[in-house]
Amino acid sequence: MAGQGASGAAATGYRSLTGPLLLPAWAMIGIFLLLPVLLMTVYSFLTREFRGGVDWTFSLAAYDRFLLSRGLFGDEPPVLEWTYITIFWRSVWQAGLATLICLIVGFPTAWFIATRPLRSRALWLFMITVPYWVNLLIRTVSLRFLLRDQGPLNDLLIGTGLLDSPLRIINTNLAVQLGLFYSYLPFMVLPIYAAVERYNFALSEAAADLYASRWTTLREIVLPVVRPGIIAGCILVFVPSLGAFLAPDLLGGAKTYMIGSLIEEQFKGSQGNWPFGAAVSVILMTLVLIMLLVYARAQGRAGVR
Amino acid sequence: MAGRLDIRRYPGFAAMTVLCLTILYVPLAVVIAYSFNASTSLTNWGGVSLRWYADLFTGVEAPRFRAAAWNSITIASLAATASTIIATAAAVAMVRGGQFRGKGATFALINLPLMVPEIVTAVATLIFFSTIGLMTGYLTILIAHITFCIPFAYLPIAARLEGIEETFEQAARDLYATRAQAFRLILLPLLMPGVISGFLLAFIISLDDFIITNFVKGAGMETLPTAIFGSVKQGIKPNILALSTVMLTVSILFVTLSYFVNRLGQRSRA
Repeated sequence: MAGQGASGAAATGYRSLTGPLLLPAWAMIGIFLLLPVLLMTVYSFLTREFRGGVDWTFSLAAYDRFLLSRGLFGDEPPVLEWTYITIFWRSVWQAGLATLICLIVGFPTAWFIATRPLRSRALWLFMITVPYWVNLLIRTVSLRFLLRDQGPLNDLLIGTGLLDSPLRIINTNLAVQLGLFYSYLPFMVLPIYAAVERYNFALSEAAADLYASRWTTLREIVLPVVRPGIIAGCILVFVPSLGAFLAPDLLGGAKTYMIGSLIEEQFKGSQGNWPFGAAVSVILMTLVLIMLLVYARAQGRAGVR
Repeated sequence: MAGRLDIRRYPGFAAMTVLCLTILYVPLAVVIAYSFNASTSLTNWGGVSLRWYADLFTGVEAPRFRAAAWNSITIASLAATASTIIATAAAVAMVRGGQFRGKGATFALINLPLMVPEIVTAVATLIFFSTIGLMTGYLTILIAHITFCIPFAYLPIAARLEGIEETFEQAARDLYATRAQAFRLILLPLLMPGVISGFLLAFIISLDDFIITNFVKGAGMETLPTAIFGSVKQGIKPNILALSTVMLTVSILFVTLSYFVNRLGQRSRA
């Protein structure tokens, strides 16, 4: 029983049990998530059945519909179809703006918390995370309630004489961005906080000794060092924002239609198109997985260095 | 040292933190405040009253809310229990099992529910249940919830387990405790704060889920979030504000509990 690590595992006796201990987790996630995702990918290559569901014959119709337009009767030469690309582009744009707002508010917050005395940090962090655990639907509804044309915010603005007519925020892009920002802000703060907490403040002191101003130090020294945390935060906000359904549905209108709503619509009643919904989901998932892979590789490189 | 320039302080950062917390809490505070509004109108303040809380139990929508609350609570309890047991077993294997083939892949699999966008999980699960011919309803919601709760239960349990030295169990084993005894009498009590934390988080995650539940619930079946969504689609009514207040109080209570259990655990370890 000399040494540690592997022999330690033998000493506690779990080594021979790893298979049985992991079996339930493998089975649940393998059967009820991994297998369904693979099946969904198969569905995206099947033919649409008009009562909802599919006909098991191979077809590229779903991807064709996403990319190409063949005119009203399907007999014209194919041209690039912009409808769905536009929805994707709008989603990327909305999610990107929400991420940017989160970063602008989240970075100073994370920095402020990480520079508090050790005792009070946990409490600050706790205050940032509590709203995250409140139901996302309830948070979105509360934002809608607050921002309504006759809502408390407009009451306040008009009541104090700051405005004559209500701010029309609901059903605009701004409302959706605010909703996404509000939904995922803690995801930005936490990884940046973790990075700033590990930051060696002697670097800032050295910069200050060499007559660098506060902001020069922030730009030239701090930001490059805590960048992995910033990137992690951006991904954690951007990815769920991209596929968000509640914020665009409850805060936006027809002009703010995003990927989440497009997918949801394909599975509602007999109007839906399951293969097309599956194809849009596959495209969304591929986009997200590519981003996560790029991120994991960047993190890996940073770790080696 | 701090005389010339405090390198930790940036002007405006404190203000930004206050702004951040204000944005996070004001909408919730407003909903809580208006849930006590006596007026039927959402806009006018009619004095403090509990009528909308009473309405949750006696109003037109009361039977619907009651059924939804029953489904939500039982599903969350069952899903949190099952996922916590599965996650505890997995964490023991991952942290105490040494190196084994497929460890990286297993880690990725356990975290898969966090990586796949929620709406994609929803679509995939619906397609799967429809293909195998399982009628959507209570059971399909429960299965889906157990699955996506596993990583949420796993993370605090594994984190706690990594902080427990193996020497305690080794000592027990040296004193002829069986593996089962060493687990039940030594490891499990030490691991308990992580297990409770994991259970509470899984419970809230299950209670909160809307998107996946909405896809796999089938007709006529409701949980609290889908019932609220259905109501809100026809406009926010005061009773929804009361129901929201009840739900957010429960969530905050659970998270606070989980936070203190964790703190207590850390203190006992130190």
